[in-house]
Amino acid sequence: MQTPLTKNIKPGRDFATLADYRATGGYEGLRKAVTSMESLQVQQVVKDSELRGRGGAGFPTGLKWSFVPMGENAPATKYFVVNADEMEPGTFKDRVLMEEDPHQLVEGIIIGSYAIRATSAYIFLRGEYHLSAERLAAAISEAYDQGYLGKNILDSDYSLDLYLHTSAGRYICGEETALLNSLEGKRANPRAKPPFPQISGLWGKPTIVNNVETVCNLPHILYYGLDWYHGLGRGKDKGTKLFGASGRVKRPGIWELPMGTPIREILEEHAGGMQDGYRLRGFLPGGVSTDFMLPEHLDVPMDFEAIAAHGSRMGTGTMIILDDRTCPVEFVLNVERFFSRESCGWCTPCRDGLPWVVAILEDLIQGKGRPGDLDLLHHQTRMMGPGNTFCALAPGAMEPLQSALKYFRDDFEKYLRRPVLAEAG
Amino acid sequence: MPNIEIDGAIHEVDGGQNLLQACLALGLDLPYFCWHPAMGSVGACRQCVVTQYTGPEDRRGRLVVGCMTPVGEGLRISLKNDAAKEFRADIIELLMTNHPHDCPVCEEGGQCHLQDMTVMTGHTVRRFRGKKRTHRNQYLGPFINHEMNRCIACYRCVRYYQDYAGGKDLGVFGAHHHVYFGRSEDGVLENEFSGNLVEVCPTGVFTDKTYGKRYSRKWDLQTAPSICVHCSLGCNTTPGERYGELRSIVNRYHGEINRYFLCDRGRFGYGFVNSERRILQPELRGRQAISPDAARELLKSVLEPAEKVIGIGSPRASLEANYALRELVGADRFYTGWTESGNELMQTVLEVLRRTDALNPTLAQIEQADAVLILGEDPSNTAPRLALSVRQAVRNAGFELAAKVGIPHWQDDAVREVAQDLRSPLFIASCASTRLDGIATDVFRGTPDEIACLGFAVARNLNPKAPAVRNLSASLKDKARVIADALKNAQRPLVISGTGCLDKTVIEAAANVAKALQSGGKALSLVVPECNSTGLALLSGHSLEEAEKALESGAAETVLIVENDLYRHAGKSLVDRLLDRAKYVVLIDHSRHPIAGKADLVLPAASFAETEGTYVNNEGRAQRFFSVMLPGAEMQDSWQWLRDAGAGNWEHADSIIAAIASGIPGLKGVADAAPGAGFRISGMKIPRQSQRYSGRTAMRANIAVSEPKQPVDPDSPLAFSMEGAAVQPPAALMSSAWAPAWNSNQSIIKFQAEVGGHLQGGDPGVRLLESSGSLDWFAAFPEPAKAAKGTWLVVPQYYIFGSEPLSSGSPAIAEQVNGLCVLLNPEDLDALQTKSGDALELQFDGQSTVAEAKSDIGVPIGVAAVSFGLAGSEGIDWLTRVPIRKAAAEV
Repeated sequence: MQTPLTKNIKPGRDFATLADYRATGGYEGLRKAVTSMESLQVQQVVKDSELRGRGGAGFPTGLKWSFVPMGENAPATKYFVVNADEMEPGTFKDRVLMEEDPHQLVEGIIIGSYAIRATSAYIFLRGEYHLSAERLAAAISEAYDQGYLGKNILDSDYSLDLYLHTSAGRYICGEETALLNSLEGKRANPRAKPPFPQISGLWGKPTIVNNVETVCNLPHILYYGLDWYHGLGRGKDKGTKLFGASGRVKRPGIWELPMGTPIREILEEHAGGMQDGYRLRGFLPGGVSTDFMLPEHLDVPMDFEAIAAHGSRMGTGTMIILDDRTCPVEFVLNVERFFSRESCGWCTPCRDGLPWVVAILEDLIQGKGRPGDLDLLHHQTRMMGPGNTFCALAPGAMEPLQSALKYFRDDFEKYLRRPVLAEAG
Repeated sequence: MPNIEIDGAIHEVDGGQNLLQACLALGLDLPYFCWHPAMGSVGACRQCVVTQYTGPEDRRGRLVVGCMTPVGEGLRISLKNDAAKEFRADIIELLMTNHPHDCPVCEEGGQCHLQDMTVMTGHTVRRFRGKKRTHRNQYLGPFINHEMNRCIACYRCVRYYQDYAGGKDLGVFGAHHHVYFGRSEDGVLENEFSGNLVEVCPTGVFTDKTYGKRYSRKWDLQTAPSICVHCSLGCNTTPGERYGELRSIVNRYHGEINRYFLCDRGRFGYGFVNSERRILQPELRGRQAISPDAARELLKSVLEPAEKVIGIGSPRASLEANYALRELVGADRFYTGWTESGNELMQTVLEVLRRTDALNPTLAQIEQADAVLILGEDPSNTAPRLALSVRQAVRNAGFELAAKVGIPHWQDDAVREVAQDLRSPLFIASCASTRLDGIATDVFRGTPDEIACLGFAVARNLNPKAPAVRNLSASLKDKARVIADALKNAQRPLVISGTGCLDKTVIEAAANVAKALQSGGKALSLVVPECNSTGLALLSGHSLEEAEKALESGAAETVLIVENDLYRHAGKSLVDRLLDRAKYVVLIDHSRHPIAGKADLVLPAASFAETEGTYVNNEGRAQRFFSVMLPGAEMQDSWQWLRDAGAGNWEHADSIIAAIASGIPGLKGVADAAPGAGFRISGMKIPRQSQRYSGRTAMRANIAVSEPKQPVDPDSPLAFSMEGAAVQPPAALMSSAWAPAWNSNQSIIKFQAEVGGHLQGGDPGVRLLESSGSLDWFAAFPEPAKAAKGTWLVVPQYYIFGSEPLSSGSPAIAEQVNGLCVLLNPEDLDALQTKSGDALELQFDGQSTVAEAKSDIGVPIGVAAVSFGLAGSEGIDWLTRVPIRKAAAEV
C-alpha cells in the first residue's frame, strides 16, 4: 500500500529535513511543472487527477482553480493561500503533515501557485501550531536558498514569495473567506459569495484557498502522474487520505489510507477497535460538523459520495467515536457550546440561534426541559440549515444535533421523563 | 426592465436592483434590518428571506435572502408562502432573545423599526427561556445616548459610521452573541455625522441625547417641514415641538439634497430656539421692556423722516424678512450686512452660477462625480453634508471596477473588497489640513492667492484658451498638470469652491477650471456662508462700508438691523464706528447678541421654528420652511414687524411671497417653492399633529380645564391640529414620514418614486438660477505676495462647531466648541519659540487678538489659520499680514 503523503514520516526521526525530502523525489514535481509545463497544463493535470479538497467540503481542486482569470488580461496580482487553520475538533491531520514533512507543503504551494500564476502565497496557520510554525518557517527559508522560491524559480520565468501567517485564533478562520478577511487584518467574518475568491479574494484579487492536505497531494500528482494517482483509491474517489479516530478506541491516531477504505477497517484494524468495556454507539465521520453515523454503517467506504448517501459528510475524515457510556446529549451540548462560542456574530440564525440551542440542551440536562423542547431543537436544525445562514458554520453545527435527535431520541426523551426539578416561582 | 413574478402577480421592476429593493419599490412589506437604501446589502440579518421557485413546476422552492438576490427576468418568488413567513418570524424571535422588552421606557418606542418589523412578522410569544446577555453602556458625548442591551447586531451602525461616513472611533468588538458596538473606551464620538446613528440604528441603541433630555413620543410631537439654518446647503429637516419647546430635529428626506443624512450641526444645533438668549419682548436700551403696541408706535416714529433711515438685512433671515426691510427703506437704502468684499464675493458667486456652462449640481449629483477638485473650501466645516457626499463620490472608481467583475453596486462589502483603496481622484487645495485629506489623491496647501493660481493653472492645462499664469513655481506647475489630467479623464468632473477663503479670485479660478473642462458632465458647486446668503445676494444691497459713510455724512441717522450680528460679518472697528454714528439703532432678532446691547429698540422676532419663510440654498434652490409652533406672545415674524411699520400691506405670508415673486426679477420662482396657504386636500388643511397625538385636552389642565381653541394658521396650509387631511400631502408639506405599519423614518420608502430616489411628485423647492453658459474667462489672477519676514497671513479656519453662531447657542453644540485657536506650521511655532497650547497675540492695526496656538503641518509657513466666527475673533482683519508674538498672559 502506498502512502505518498506520509512516506517521509518515520518512527525515530524528528521530521523530514530538506535532504530527507529530496531523497524521496522531493521538489521533482515542482521542477517538472515549472520547467516543462505551462500553468494551464498543470491545472489540467490536477483537474484530470480528480483530486478533491481535503478540508471537508470535497470540492474538485482543478475545477476550483479553473475559475481564476488567466492570460494577459488577468489581474497582475493573484494569491494562493493555504488553509492551515486546522481547528475542527477531533481533527489533527494537517498538523502531522506540517510538523513531520514541511517541505512537502512548501512544494505543493509553489506548484499550486504556478498553476494559477499567483504572485504571492500565504500559509494561514492555526495560532497554536507552534511547532508547525517553526518548521515551516525553516523550510520556507531553505526553499528560498535553494531557488524554489523567490525570483525565477529554478531558472524559469516564474517568481513567487511565500509568507507564513499565524492566526490569532478563531474557528471561523477556517472558513475560506473569513480566513481572507482575517489575513487582511479585518474581523474574521465570512464574505458573501458570489463573488468567489477566485474573482475577488485576498485584497480583492483573484485567490485560491486550498487545504494543507490537498496541497500536499500536488507534488506527487505532478511527479508520479495520473495513472499512478488514479490507482491509489479503492472506491470512486482518487488518491489517499489521512483518516483518523479519536475517542474510546484502543489506538487513537491517524493513518494514510486509500480513499474508499471501509470505516470498519479504519476502526477495527487501524484504531484497534473499541476499548475494553465500551461499545460503539455511533461516530462523527469527519469532525464535529458532520452527522452521526451508526454501527450499522461501518461497512460504508470513506468516500465523499458514499458517506453522503448515508446522510453524513466525510468532512475531514477524522472520526470521533461515541461510546455507550457517554451521553449523546451531553456530547452534543459540548459540541454546540463550541459552535456557539465560535460564531463570528455576523448573521442572526447562527449568532442568536446557537446560544438558544445551548440553553435548551442545558435546561434538558438540568431536568428543566419542557415538552416541545425536542421539537424546538428539531426546528432549529432546519432553521439553521444549509442556505439559511451566511456561511456553513451553523449548518455544520446542526449536523451532529439533527442526527443525534434522529438516532438517539430516547436519550433526549429520557431527560424529559426525569422528575422536573423544583423551579422557583 | 425585467418582469418578475411575486406571489402569482407579474411586476415590472428596475433591473440591477436586488429583490428586497424591488419588493419595497413595489410597495410590498418585506421586513429588513441590515440593508439600508444608502448603504446597500450585506446579508447579515437574514430578515428579508423570500421563497424562490425555479419554475412553474417548482412547488417547494428554496429560501433566498432578498437583499442579496439580484432581480432578473423571469424570477419567481413568494413573500407569503409559509416557509418564508416562518423563517422571517424565526429571525425576529432570535433577535428578540436578547432584546430587552423595555419599549415603554425606550426612547425609540413609537418610531422603532424593530417594533414595526416585529409586528409585521407576527412574533408575539416568547419561547426563549435563557438569560439575556447584558452589556455596559458608554458615554459617547453630548449628542448620542448608548444603550447596548437593545442591540440586535444588524451592523448598520459600524457600516454607516466607518464605511459611509469615514469615522474611525466606533467599531464592533467581541464575537458570537456578545458582539459589542461602541468605542474602545468612553468618549465623544469624533465623526461630524454621528447623529445619523440615531436614524440608522433600527432600534434604541443610539438615541438623540438632546431629545432624551426633553423627551416626548414621536406621535406626541408637533412637526412641520423645515429647512436647516446652519449652513448654505438647505438640508430638509423635521423639527418636533411639545409643550412650546423644540425637542428634536430629524432628517426629512429630500431626493436631491440631504437624502437620508444630516450633519451634527444641523441635527443638534436647534437648542438656540429654547435658549435663554431668546429675546422675548420688545425692549428699549438697557433691557427695559415695553409693550408690543408701544414698540410698534415707537418704530413708526423713529422711521421718520424716511430718507434718513437705512436697513441692514441678513443672510440668515428669510427672503420675506429681507424683502420687507428692503421695501420699508427702499432699495437705495437697503444694505446686505456684508462688507464690500463680502458683497463682491456673493455677487461673483451669483455671476458664475448664472453664466457658467457647467452643471450647478445637487448633492445627489455630487455623489455621481468621478473626479473632484476642491479649491479653497473646507466643506467638512463650512457645508458638512457636502463633504459626506464627496466621500461617496470617491467610491465611483470602485463601483466601476466592481461592475467590471460582475459585482452589483448594492453588494456593499463585495464592492469595497474589490475596490480596496481605489478611489476616484480627489484633489484638495486648502490653507490647512481638512477632514477629507485621508481620502484625497493629493493635497495642495497654500495661501488663497496660491490656491487661486493653482486653479488658473489647472484651467490653462485643460484648455489653451484659458489665461496663462505667470511666475508659477515648478511644483505648482506639476500639481496643476496632474490635477488637469485627472479631471480631463473624467466623465463627470466636479469643481467645488466657495466663499470660504474670503477671496473672489479663488471662485474665479474655480469658474475657469469648470469652463476649461470639455466633458459634458462637468459640474461646479459653490459653497456660500449661510442659509440664505444666495437669497440675500439675489435681492442685492449696499455694503456696510457704504452704510457707515451714509451715517457719517449725516445722509442717514437711523439704522434698522434685521436678524444680523454685524460683528460676524465685518471687523469690530467698522461695526463700532457704524453703531456709534447712528443716532438710533433698531434691532429685530430672535436671539441676543452684542448688537442687542447697543440698540435703542429691540424687537423680538420668531425663529425658523416659529414662522414660515423661504431660504435660497447654495445651488439657488428656493425652499419653504414652516412654523412648527407658535412664537411667544410678544414675538412675531420679522417681516410682520416691518409690515406693521409700513413696509407693505401684506396680510399673510402668501401676500408677501407674491410681492417678492412679482417684484424681484430673479425671484419669480419663489411662489412655487411650496403650495400656498389656500392649499387643501379634500377641503382640509394638513395637520401638524399625528392622529395619535395625546394629551390635547389635558396638557393645559394645570392652567385651565377648558380646552382652548386650536390656534389658527392663516399663513400656511398646515394646521396646529390633529384634524385634517389624512392622505399624503405634496412633498413640500410633508413633515414627518409615517405609513401604516411603518412608524420609523424608514417609512420614507413608501413616499419615494424609487428606493433612494426622488420623492413622489418631485422633490420640493424651486431652482432659481438658470445658467446661460456665456461666462467668459476670468483673467485677473493674483500675484502671490512675497512673505514679509515676521508677519503671517491671517486666513479663516472654519469649525463645524463654533463658526456658525446659531448652533453655538445650543448647549450640546456649545460643549463641542473650542476656544479661539491659531493654527501654525510646526516650523513657525518653533520660530516663535512656542508650542501648542500657548497663548499667541496677533497684532492687527490698533488692536490685538489672543488665540491658543495649535500645530498643523498642513498650514503653510507664513500662514496663520485662525478660528472663524468664534467669540473673540471680531477684531480680525482677514487676509492681512500681521506680526504674531507670545501673549503676556495665558488665554
